[in-house]
Amino acid sequence: MKILVTIKQVPDTATQVKIAADGKTIDTTGITWIVSPYDEFAVEEALRIKEKRGQGEVVAVSLGPDRVKEALRSSLAMGCDRAIHLNDAAWSAADTLATAKALAAVIKQEAPQLVLCGRQAIDDDMGAVTAQLAELLGWPCAYWIMEAAIDADGKTVRAARQVEGGLEVFDLPLPAVLAAQKGLNEPRYPTLKGIMGAKKKEIKDVKAADLGIASEPSQLSIVGLEALPPRPAGRIIQGDVPTAVKELVRALREDAKAI
Amino acid sequence: MPNAFWCIVEDDRNGSPKKVMAEVIGEAARLAPGRVEAVWLTDKASEAGLKQLGEWGAARVLLLENAVFVPYRSEVWAAAAADLAAKESPAAIFAPVTSRQREFVARLAARLGVGLSADSVRFAMDGDKLVATRPVYAGKLLSRVTWAKSPWVATLRPNVFRPADAQPGKTASVERPSLTAPGAQMKFVERREEVSTGLPELTEAETVISGGRGMKGPENYVILEELGRVIGAAVGASRAAVDAGWRPHRFQIGQTGRTISPKLYLGFGVSGAIQHLAGMRTSKVIVAVNKDPEAPIFKIADFGIVADLFEVVPELTKEFKKLLEK
Amino acid sequence: MTFDLTSEQQLIRATAREFAETQIRPIAAEIDRDSRFPHETVKRMGELGLMGMVIPERWGGSGAGAQAYVVALEEIARVCASHAVVMSVNNSLYGDPIARFGTDAQRERFLAPVASGHAHGCFALTEPQAGSDATNQATLAVRDGDHYVLNGRKRFITTGREASFALVFCQTDREKGHRGITAFVVEKGTRGFTVGKTEDKLGIRASDTAELVFDDCRIPAQSRIGEEGQGFKIAMTAIDGGRIGIAAQAVGIATGAYERSVAYARERKAFGVIIGEHQMVQWILADMAVAIDGARLLTRKAAALKDAGRPYRTAAAMAKLFAAETAMKVTTDAIQVHGGYGFIREYEVERAFRDAKITQLYEGTSQIQKLVVARHLLRGDHGGA
Ligand SMILES: Cc1cc2nc3c(=O)[nH]c(=O)nc-3n(C[C@H](O)[C@H](O)[C@H](O)COP(=O)(O)OP(=O)(O)OC[C@H]3O[C@@H](n4cnc5c(N)ncnc54)[C@H](O)[C@@H]3O)c2cc1C
Ligand SMILES: Cc1cc2nc3c(=O)[nH]c(=O)nc-3n(C[C@H](O)[C@H](O)[C@H](O)COP(=O)(O)OP(=O)(O)OC[C@H]3O[C@@H](n4cnc5c(N)ncnc54)[C@H](O)[C@@H]3O)c2cc1C
Ligand SMILES: Cc1cc2nc3c(=O)[nH]c(=O)nc-3n(C[C@H](O)[C@H](O)[C@H](O)COP(=O)(O)OP(=O)(O)OC[C@H]3O[C@@H](n4cnc5c(N)ncnc54)[C@H](O)[C@@H]3O)c2cc1C
Repeated sequence: MKILVTIKQVPDTATQVKIAADGKTIDTTGITWIVSPYDEFAVEEALRIKEKRGQGEVVAVSLGPDRVKEALRSSLAMGCDRAIHLNDAAWSAADTLATAKALAAVIKQEAPQLVLCGRQAIDDDMGAVTAQLAELLGWPCAYWIMEAAIDADGKTVRAARQVEGGLEVFDLPLPAVLAAQKGLNEPRYPTLKGIMGAKKKEIKDVKAADLGIASEPSQLSIVGLEALPPRPAGRIIQGDVPTAVKELVRALREDAKAI
Repeated sequence: MPNAFWCIVEDDRNGSPKKVMAEVIGEAARLAPGRVEAVWLTDKASEAGLKQLGEWGAARVLLLENAVFVPYRSEVWAAAAADLAAKESPAAIFAPVTSRQREFVARLAARLGVGLSADSVRFAMDGDKLVATRPVYAGKLLSRVTWAKSPWVATLRPNVFRPADAQPGKTASVERPSLTAPGAQMKFVERREEVSTGLPELTEAETVISGGRGMKGPENYVILEELGRVIGAAVGASRAAVDAGWRPHRFQIGQTGRTISPKLYLGFGVSGAIQHLAGMRTSKVIVAVNKDPEAPIFKIADFGIVADLFEVVPELTKEFKKLLEK
Repeated sequence: MTFDLTSEQQLIRATAREFAETQIRPIAAEIDRDSRFPHETVKRMGELGLMGMVIPERWGGSGAGAQAYVVALEEIARVCASHAVVMSVNNSLYGDPIARFGTDAQRERFLAPVASGHAHGCFALTEPQAGSDATNQATLAVRDGDHYVLNGRKRFITTGREASFALVFCQTDREKGHRGITAFVVEKGTRGFTVGKTEDKLGIRASDTAELVFDDCRIPAQSRIGEEGQGFKIAMTAIDGGRIGIAAQAVGIATGAYERSVAYARERKAFGVIIGEHQMVQWILADMAVAIDGARLLTRKAAALKDAGRPYRTAAAMAKLFAAETAMKVTTDAIQVHGGYGFIREYEVERAFRDAKITQLYEGTSQIQKLVVARHLLRGDHGGA
């Protein structure tokens, strides 16, 4: 079974982000880049499906500038078989839809039976590309997956999605798109052997023209980034516990109107 | 109506819109007075629910009532809603952030070939264009975005926008547009209910209590749950508590858990790691109780008490009880 | 030599860091307090391939170079020096000499399980009377047909209690002095081989330091590594590589303490400002940063020379000396930056301070490193400088 995993490279959550001079993007100097954590769940699930079935191929795909190769390499180190890098200036201001279009074009070429994505990329946090991919492909889709099992014939996937108040289980005919949620699995660390072996695996560069995609303006554009408004200074309530608690309840009720 | 602001109805699966719809409708009405329409995909809408939408300010309800919409499947919803949008040409399509709306609205935007602003926290008209503001980079920055063409599709973060005041007696006209119910590829197997704690859902609650590693063990969460029952709060946890196996991970607040934005957040024995803050820093009022005066959470807390949580929590429960009994 | 890590080395570093942060950090203080060998995490390090990192893939290792090795070791030591020394002994002191001097049959039997992390190895050179003067070996191995019979005791052996295999250096010919030293592998459970006292220590407390006792211990001649009389050379070759590892361990310990100091200097207030605004605190932090960078560069240089197949004995001694002295100085100053809090167990710099001291002692004290450097530079070898 061929499985394709989409991965996005994002700044490590611990790094400080600063707005760049253009006011629309972040200053990338000194940023540590990682694979978006939800995408690691997707990679892990793909590898487990392959291991369980005893055969198959896992292809990692990412769209982004040159640095994205690092993220692909770490997926290869985890165990993906090969990688595709959508690397073209045409996508430098892609919105979710343009991203999804590019990924969908690759998916059509690769024709995998299953596409695994992350629940959301932890930088732009749209949580949209996965559903948009499914729409462009005309495939069924399940979000926030906590369990996934492929049937013996490789024809359907039984997936449990997290919704408010419970889990809903569906059978999706393949090909299908799934969005991985935390809790689906525990991603492995790449082993040293995996890391050393990754350099022998292929990372294919793909341009927009290779996919027959004409450059079009993004449907959503960024007007500007802004810093968070500073919070008003907080207040440590002094006194022994009963006194402090009384004052807290009063302040929440009367000053903050939060209760 | 062309140029209407659509509000996609999130319901309680029992025929009534959820309270968050008052916020969505309220914001739509602020931006487009008199042009607010509710679009409801459901198997069964209740009369009371329809009335409620009118009282909140929807001028018209477009009711797509069909068994095929339950359980929710994005493929089915997007096809039906897109057909209707093609006929109606709304200016905007708004929905609250819930697990299904997030997926559905993204899929719908792709089908319509338009942009999407997910998890928006602010809107403003700039001339005849809508500009949305949304948190990015784990809530460290805000991004202002705008659309190349309408409909402007957006999801709205709960507990951020001012809810519409219900106006008793105000009604919406209800229309049931004809629809060719599209077939679904995915087949429903079963629903597994969460064991209910009797407390509100984490992402929907107006008040959230969070217990961290300072709780010392799973058995101690009962004191938080008791407080939760008194003030109607959901009880969540930090990753440290989840990793220790004290709480199921669906209760995890933060970067790799749920993002919450309640009116009131109360953290007990939570240090305030950046990843935790990422999931709750947009809460309106933050209260922290920690015995360590240097705990980073105090830097963003509106109110803090430096003390042993095991002394504070019972006292708080008692005080709130007194207050709410009045 | 370039300053940039290859993308592969960057990935190795990221993996080692993530592992150290998420798996080791949560237990580091507790295993130190209880002097508990961290079986679970060491096993997982084995699965990741860290325990046999420098051993060729053919023998169950990962086949990484010395540069990748120091990068990974530094990351582990940054969080826990005990894990780092276990990793370093397995790789440099036990694995490397067997990979280099063993026969294929010996590599199969003694190396593969250790390189893949399923078992641990230890390196037993030091004796009560033979520390800095390692030539003064008293443990005796006497040939008896197809066997050797060992008698004597080894002291201060890292992983001595936990290891399944010991690389033991014995005198086979007293007359020949250090040219009469021979190396053997002794397996745990062999009759006549027991583990004596496990030491209670100042630092690296989660790593066991034990006494090995040989009392008419008969081992097959096939367990001899290399030729009779080749043992001292084997030991010194292992230690040359090992010193690069200890240098990396020292850099890691220093880095951890430095990072915590910078963070603390940003938060702690005194006289109305954060202490980082006080010039004397800035001075301390700047000195730390410069020394650590110097130590890291010396360590990377020694590793680069080793990877390039060039002589590295002097460079390794320089790196170990400077890195160990840096670790001690930096951790001392880290406590200074923390004030009284730094002296309290709850603060990690306290552990770093205790752990740093060993780097000035084992695999040759700082004095011995100076001796090595001086001896070589007088002969015209300046460590590739
Ligand atoms: C320089 C720059 C300019 C930008 N300009 C714009 C702009 O003008 N308008 C705008 O809307 N956005 C813009 N963006 C944001 C960027 O386009 C978003 O990252 C994109 O919209 C995807 O959304 P998301 O990251 O929220 O992904 P989500 O929808 O949250 O992602 C869900 C899943 O989809 C997959 N996925 C998402 N992105 C990728 C990817 N790149 N490669 C592989 N898989 C992926 C992953 O599996 C991920 O877990 C810009 C970004 C940069 C760096
Ligand atoms: C990739 C990644 C993702 C992460 N995602 C998340 C996430 O989504 N959500 C999340 O929460 N964390 C996340 N974390 C973990 C985060 O970094 C912290 O480790 C975690 O939030 C700490 O949880 P805590 O505050 O409960 O524990 P601690 O940091 O250990 O804090 C416990 C606090 O309790 C206080 N305390 C103890 N006893 C008492 C008492 N009796 N009374 C009062 N106070 C007391 C202590 O002073 C301390 O401040 C993530 C980490 C990583 C690396
Ligand atoms: C925790 C720990 C783990 C260890 N692990 C191992 C292990 O795994 N395997 C192993 O074989 N050994 C191990 N050792 C032993 C370690 O290598 C020796 O302790 C070290 O080489 C010093 O020897 P010594 O203790 O006998 O000191 P001595 O040699 O007695 O030295 C005492 C002092 O004299 C100085 N000195 C000695 N000779 C000279 C000289 N010629 N010129 C100047 N100064 C000199 C030394 O620098 C030192 O200051 C370990 C030791 C410890 C404490």
